[in-house]
Amino acid sequence: MSNPIVNIKHLSKHFGNFHAVQDVNITVNSGDVYGFLGPNGAGKSTTMRCMLSLIQADKGSIELFGKSIQKHRSEILSQVGCLIEKPDFYKYLSAFQNLQIFSRISGKPSTKKEILDMLEFVGLQGREKDHVSGFSHGMRQRLGIAQTLLHQPELIVLDEPTTGLDPQGIIDMRNLILRLKNEQKKTIILSSHNLSEVELICNRMVIIHKGKSIVEGEVHALLNEEEQIIRLQTSSDSMETLLAFLQNHGTAIQINDNSVEMNISKEKIPQLNAQLVHAGIPIFAIEAKRKLEDYFINLLAS
Amino acid sequence: MIFLYSTYNELIKIALKPRSYLGLAAITGLVGIILFALKADGMSMISFVTASFEQTLRFEGEVLNGNLVAFIILQMLIVHIPLLVALVTGDLISGEAAMGTLRMLATKPISRRQLLGSKFLAGGIYTLLIVIWLGVLAVVVGRWLFGPGDLMVLNSDGLVILQENDVLWRYAGAFCVAFFALLTISNLSICLSCFSDNSIGPIVSTMAIILLFTIIGTLDVPVFDPIRPYLFTTHMASWRSFFEDPLPWESIRNSLVVLTLHHVLFVTVALFAFNRKDITV
Repeated sequence: MSNPIVNIKHLSKHFGNFHAVQDVNITVNSGDVYGFLGPNGAGKSTTMRCMLSLIQADKGSIELFGKSIQKHRSEILSQVGCLIEKPDFYKYLSAFQNLQIFSRISGKPSTKKEILDMLEFVGLQGREKDHVSGFSHGMRQRLGIAQTLLHQPELIVLDEPTTGLDPQGIIDMRNLILRLKNEQKKTIILSSHNLSEVELICNRMVIIHKGKSIVEGEVHALLNEEEQIIRLQTSSDSMETLLAFLQNHGTAIQINDNSVEMNISKEKIPQLNAQLVHAGIPIFAIEAKRKLEDYFINLLAS
Repeated sequence: MIFLYSTYNELIKIALKPRSYLGLAAITGLVGIILFALKADGMSMISFVTASFEQTLRFEGEVLNGNLVAFIILQMLIVHIPLLVALVTGDLISGEAAMGTLRMLATKPISRRQLLGSKFLAGGIYTLLIVIWLGVLAVVVGRWLFGPGDLMVLNSDGLVILQENDVLWRYAGAFCVAFFALLTISNLSICLSCFSDNSIGPIVSTMAIILLFTIIGTLDVPVFDPIRPYLFTTHMASWRSFFEDPLPWESIRNSLVVLTLHHVLFVTVALFAFNRKDITV
């Protein structure tokens, strides 16, 4: 039996006449990497802000670690590390001083060694004395993660942590989250509108649209990962041969002069690969297409 | 415990912010100029004031001594200190709102009331440091450069001469009342800071309110008579009461009561506003 860390029931919040969140239900279990998916303005950030008691919900109950956030705010927040949108720091202070400031009021002040170790963990070793004003967005994001983790929280809440990062920064951030999941077994709630990010990192997710939770559950179950869409690339000369060959394996759709896409059972992909080689059809690439993208678009369209 | 940590944080932030030293530097520079001017040409200035008494009084000893110098410095500078205080305290909340760090602080297990309380306390400590620094420069450096002596004060009732051994405790009392008055400025600017998301607004607003109340207080128009005793600016100079003989305890008490009411008002309004402030953007 999994242990629920976050239990949100019938959450609603409106700003004037605008219903930002309507009757949202969410359960996050211990050890989950839980994805909050939705387009911009869907209500992801509002839900997170209500969850952290940054804003008051109009209706519903929010329980973290089995306790109401309204009644036990300080106790709960001392076990939560969060990064809401872009991290902002005191620009006239160094990275080390900034972490000291946030650490002192986190409920568990950190030692100098703990702060230096955390800076090393996020890849900012040697930059502890540098003023934050000179940091790039990626470095600030990593410092934000450091302040989130410094007091060893049980639950980590990251609101769009890769926004504004360059491709390398996105990969670094993704690896950092995976390390938290695999090495430290943290429970992580991750909001994003980057579908591949959620598909790669999260084991459970909720899709929020127009303030409502449309679907919630295991990522693999929702995406039916037994089936996989793959894209095969060949030369334009070999396209006809390839299409004829694939007729025996399912329905293939030609995308352009040298690419086809087809739906295939995951365990049959190596077998297909071997048969293509055996048939002498030149294949330049076989790539798995992200399924969440299709799932998400179909869901929103319906 | 978290309140003490938060107050320590606020003091660290004030101490490491360059603008916090503007006030101390400005006071040092201004006092330095006044001391230099008095050392170079102080006697002619004193002669100008004492000339009207010379037919009825005979002055013995050094009229221009450290105690008089300290009084002149206080008289000249105390009106400028509010700006120096507001420059730092007016930024304590709005500056953080502008930077986005207020949102970061709100995700920590500290209540808004504790956060605001620690800012009021830190603002008060900064104000106290400003007053102590002014006291050190005016009284200690003044007495060191000009030597001790009896204090001659000219006020609305006439000339008051206070003996040298009767002066220091009066300075201590005067600085305490001056601090209490300046604390009103600190609390006012923090209160205004709760309504703003940029650091300039509360500083300018604080100065505008002081200017407006000062004008109302000094305008000799009867329509303002009922409100004049309740304006905090009316009591900003009540430190001078410590240099009257006998001491007007009633007037000092009234000033302290009016200033205390302003403290309570500003802190209450700030608490109300800060608890409802959207600090998530």
